[in-house]
Amino acid sequence: MSRRHPFAFWSVFVAAIVLLIIAPLVLPEFWRRFVTEVLIWGLLAMSSDLLIGYTGMVSFGHSAFFGLGMYGAAAALLTTHPASLWAALLYGLIAAAGVAAFVAYFSTRLRDIYFAITTLIFSQIFYVIIFTSTAWTGGENGLNFDQPALAIPGLFSLEFTPKILHWFVLAVVAGSYLLLRRITQSPFGMVLQSIRENEARTRAIGYPVERYKIVSVMLSGLFAGLAGVLYAIQNQFAAPDFVFFVISGQTVIYNVIGGVGTLVGPIVGAGFFLLLSEAFSRLFTAKYLDPIGLHALAGMSYLVPLGLIFILMVIFMPQGLLGFARRWLNR
Amino acid sequence: MDIPLDQILVQTLNGIVTGMILALVASGLTLIFGIMEVVNFAHGELLMLGAYVGVVTLALTGDFWVALVSATVLIAIFGALMYVVTLRPLLGRDPLTTILATFGLSLVLQNYALWQFGAVSRKIPEPIVGHFNLFHLDYPWYRVAVALLSGAIIGGFWLFLKRGTWGIWIRATTQDRVMAQAMGIPVPWVLAGVFAIGSGMAAASGVLFGPFGGVDATMGLSWILRAFIVVVVGGMGSLAGSVLAAILISLLEAYASLWVSPSQAVIVSFVVLILTLLLRPTGLFVATPR
Repeated sequence: MSRRHPFAFWSVFVAAIVLLIIAPLVLPEFWRRFVTEVLIWGLLAMSSDLLIGYTGMVSFGHSAFFGLGMYGAAAALLTTHPASLWAALLYGLIAAAGVAAFVAYFSTRLRDIYFAITTLIFSQIFYVIIFTSTAWTGGENGLNFDQPALAIPGLFSLEFTPKILHWFVLAVVAGSYLLLRRITQSPFGMVLQSIRENEARTRAIGYPVERYKIVSVMLSGLFAGLAGVLYAIQNQFAAPDFVFFVISGQTVIYNVIGGVGTLVGPIVGAGFFLLLSEAFSRLFTAKYLDPIGLHALAGMSYLVPLGLIFILMVIFMPQGLLGFARRWLNR
Repeated sequence: MDIPLDQILVQTLNGIVTGMILALVASGLTLIFGIMEVVNFAHGELLMLGAYVGVVTLALTGDFWVALVSATVLIAIFGALMYVVTLRPLLGRDPLTTILATFGLSLVLQNYALWQFGAVSRKIPEPIVGHFNLFHLDYPWYRVAVALLSGAIIGGFWLFLKRGTWGIWIRATTQDRVMAQAMGIPVPWVLAGVFAIGSGMAAASGVLFGPFGGVDATMGLSWILRAFIVVVVGGMGSLAGSVLAAILISLLEAYASLWVSPSQAVIVSFVVLILTLLLRPTGLFVATPR
């Protein structure tokens, strides 16, 4: 890999991080929370980009990893006293890794659309299991728990104020980005990309393609689980809705809108999508529609216009918003 | 664990009936995939829209069979339009992009229906109200009629594929699109026609299922999931495989719901899927695994 302009890349990276660090200091609480959530959803979408953009496998089942991360964190936060952040991270990642290993083992036997469909069905398996085992998971109502403190035993302990939570999420997401970027640029990542370009040839060269695919699904699931843990800590609840297929679908949408194979694209895609959904759900209230004579549209879900935008992007802009910068970002 | 024999019989009938509806849904899906390499994620939404068209025409005309036919025809036209507008531009690209586009369509259609028709589930009354006696349990004739009708539609469609001019064109297009075009077959029309037929089949199953479970905006999702399981288990693109897999899965689910709640019985079909992936990833009912 040539590293011709590392300086430009790193200065943009640092500038983005600095902006995100000052964001909670200047933004009102609603938008602070919005940015934090975009980061978490962005991490989920980024984890999925490792599969979509680099290995060339579209997963429609990332909600399973995300949700199991949430429930793992919930298990830790409900059983440890006082609630421990590190236990939440550990349990969440173990749960997500377990599910990812299971899904990876079976679904990587199939390619392309078959992979997409089986991941979707697998995520529904976990949804049904979580939804119906009411005794452990609270069923439809989900689980509520307390926020842990940001603490290293014996050193310090900080309560999670909104700002500290934002910075913590930012640190995890930025760290994950750097890690994922390193992974995709490593020899391992090169093999993944070669599977995307030509699987048969990669196998012919002598790489054990199945093993690489399994590892990439597991890695992807691990980062998705991390996003789930962060979401659980931010919102202090876990619910079966987050294991449901809708979350997986949105993850794919973020990727396509932002641009696959860029890692940051999915974060931008998540931001773009959530911003538009906020805008459309405000627009579709009588207050804004009546003056422009479109009262009939009141109450429509923001997903209708966003779905149309998504279809248009699939047809006319398959590279996504950041597609133009794809080569530059992967340098 | 003592299940009376008559319950088992009733569940067998139930399983076959839902299996036939599921086969109708899945054969539309597998047809569209087999011929165009399009995974139609919006197939469940076409089913749901068909059911709503059925509800509306039933309210207007009061006749179930008119509602069934008009829903089938209208959704077939709608499906063809949907194909021309959103999927034709994607022809020749990676089949994965068709999943994305149809996924977008399903979002739009589902949320549109939710907004248009509301969240309350609509009812379609059974057009045939009679019951017959199965041992000492009542079993509605309508269910039997649905199974027969679904079977007839699938059978008629199979005959059409084997004998009709359009059927032969469709099979020719499946084998080699470019060659078919060279032989003078109007390929663009054939593709749109296939999408129309598949959509019409989805709509018909939606209306037929209406009296069992009600009609609401989210009914498409549960059907598309089960239809996906069916086409993976039966072998994607294989009509006979889909029918067999649909009946197998529905029967197993029906038996499982003797012991557990119906929402947990779904797990049985997941298990079938996992076993299929383990043992024969190309599908249970496909002759030679590659």
